[in-house]
Amino acid sequence: MNWITNYVRPRINSIFSRREVPENLWTKCDECGTMLFHREISDNLFVCSNCSHHMAITPRERFDALFDGGIYVDVPVPDPVADPLHFRDQKKYPDRMKAAQKKTGEKEAMLVGEGEIGRTPIVAAAQDFGFMGGSMSMFVGNAIIAAAERAVELNRPLVLFSAAGGARMQEGILGLMQMPRTTIAVQMLKEAGLPYIVVLTHPTTGGVTASYAMLGDVQIAEPNALIGFAGARVIEQTIREKLPEGFQRAEYLLEHGMLDRVTDRRHLRDELVTIIRMLMGMTPPVQGDLPAPEDTPQLAEAPADKPKK
Amino acid sequence: MTHYLDFEKPLAEIEGKAEELRTMARTNEDMDIEAEAKALDTKADAMLIDLYKKLTPWRKCQVARHPERPHCKNYIDALFTEYTPLAGDRNFADDHAVMGGIARFHDKPVVVIGHEKGNDTQSRITHNFGMARPEGYRKAIRLMDLADRFRLPVITLVDTPGAYPGKGAEERGQSEAIARSTEKCLQIGVPLISVVIGEGGSGGAVAFATANRVAMLEHSVYSVISPEGCASILWKDAEKMREAAEALRLTAQDLHSLGVIDRIIPEPSGGAHRHAKQAIAEVGKTIQALLAGLSDKSPEALIRDRRKKFMSMGKRGLEI
Repeated sequence: MNWITNYVRPRINSIFSRREVPENLWTKCDECGTMLFHREISDNLFVCSNCSHHMAITPRERFDALFDGGIYVDVPVPDPVADPLHFRDQKKYPDRMKAAQKKTGEKEAMLVGEGEIGRTPIVAAAQDFGFMGGSMSMFVGNAIIAAAERAVELNRPLVLFSAAGGARMQEGILGLMQMPRTTIAVQMLKEAGLPYIVVLTHPTTGGVTASYAMLGDVQIAEPNALIGFAGARVIEQTIREKLPEGFQRAEYLLEHGMLDRVTDRRHLRDELVTIIRMLMGMTPPVQGDLPAPEDTPQLAEAPADKPKK
Repeated sequence: MTHYLDFEKPLAEIEGKAEELRTMARTNEDMDIEAEAKALDTKADAMLIDLYKKLTPWRKCQVARHPERPHCKNYIDALFTEYTPLAGDRNFADDHAVMGGIARFHDKPVVVIGHEKGNDTQSRITHNFGMARPEGYRKAIRLMDLADRFRLPVITLVDTPGAYPGKGAEERGQSEAIARSTEKCLQIGVPLISVVIGEGGSGGAVAFATANRVAMLEHSVYSVISPEGCASILWKDAEKMREAAEALRLTAQDLHSLGVIDRIIPEPSGGAHRHAKQAIAEVGKTIQALLAGLSDKSPEALIRDRRKKFMSMGKRGLEI
């Protein structure tokens, strides 16, 4: 009996469990509960094909879908001082950073890339809510400044996808100081006469909305994204009343005049191309699917060499 | 009646005893207690100096929020002449959490803007405890524009727990108003001096304090989030505010080491609330000195100076 229970049964079990589907193959939509196959969901930009719920998308996945042929070049971001306050809550800040890096495979909460969308050269920055709640750190501030500087250098518009709970507490006042710093980045774009387009994604709150995320020439939000300054719970505790349905959601903000548009992620790229080409005085975009470029590295480099418009 | 903070309890006892003795002596003329009362006074003074010499970050938060601490209105009344309040954002309302207008500072016309908390129940409600709504920031933007047009230096006095978390405030664009106010601070071609006189609460403070020079009173605080808020998020326990206050490095001394503020203004022994006049005068002196240092700069140089200040921020951490 012992041999059977201790050896044979685990062996049999392990053979069968190995044949089970890997965990990440199916994702359940947290809105409607539909089981979605991983290929289907990534082809659909992480939008539920049943209820159009917009799920989280990482900056890399977004850039892969955004740029022509998924080709872009990372814009380098200067490293700030690590853990300037020697911050420690229940965990040390460097440990929280390491955990976030391991979880996301990214260095920090913002990714900056340059490339073309619909043959329109842009610089794009995307915030990663999966990395410590996307919180605005010194690195994030540096990333936005680097993005703006690169955009000015290349004479391109900047498209910024925001997603954050606010400033990073572990960097204290230096996190907060990214509000004026990123505002200066936005001013650089404005002075250079370049469009700055903000796409607010779920969720964008706190000091991030109170700085670069609300200063766009055009403000677009993804459907149902939570956007606001104060958290709903804090507001309810302060005013002691229930908040209305849809409060601080993209559609609610649109209704209150705080946004230009609410756009489905699947139409976002086309819309960005259309808007940017008009603001940059370019010819109308080519309709339909563009073939993926063949000689990819060259194309990614090419826009930099083109004469400025 | 003096309002004592929890850590001032031993002090309250001694001062109470001295007071008691003196009351007794008033009704009974034969008693000679003056010597004893004087001794108690000396003891209290020594204790006060001792207590305030090494305030922990959390205690500093308590002092910064002290109900009797001089507020914006007290500073404006004492330091400025011909103060002419200007009201309204021309869109929706006049926000009483933010006061501002034109005034003379040492005979020179300036624009002064600040958060006002109020000093009794009625005025606190009127001023919404110093928590501004979008209209407050939009009023400030309007006043900064006015200052820019007529070449008047701007002085902002920061004292807010944070921007008001309300339904209407959100609907009318609280975050946009703060972002625009910060942007305006960076755009004006006149000297902008900011003094944190009490609480510098997060974004609500940044909207006024994106200045050429930022000074803080010795026991004031300036933070990304309140210690209570930070504790409830990171410690999952709002009661851990002492630890959070420690970790956040929100004191004037830490901010000065980090290069975020330019100057610390000393407070009289026992805090600004015990000797308001003296504290206010010190703030006045600092504003004057900081303004003098910027007086010969051109509008372009002032804008450049402000940008450079914030762009180079964060180059150094705290040494431990």
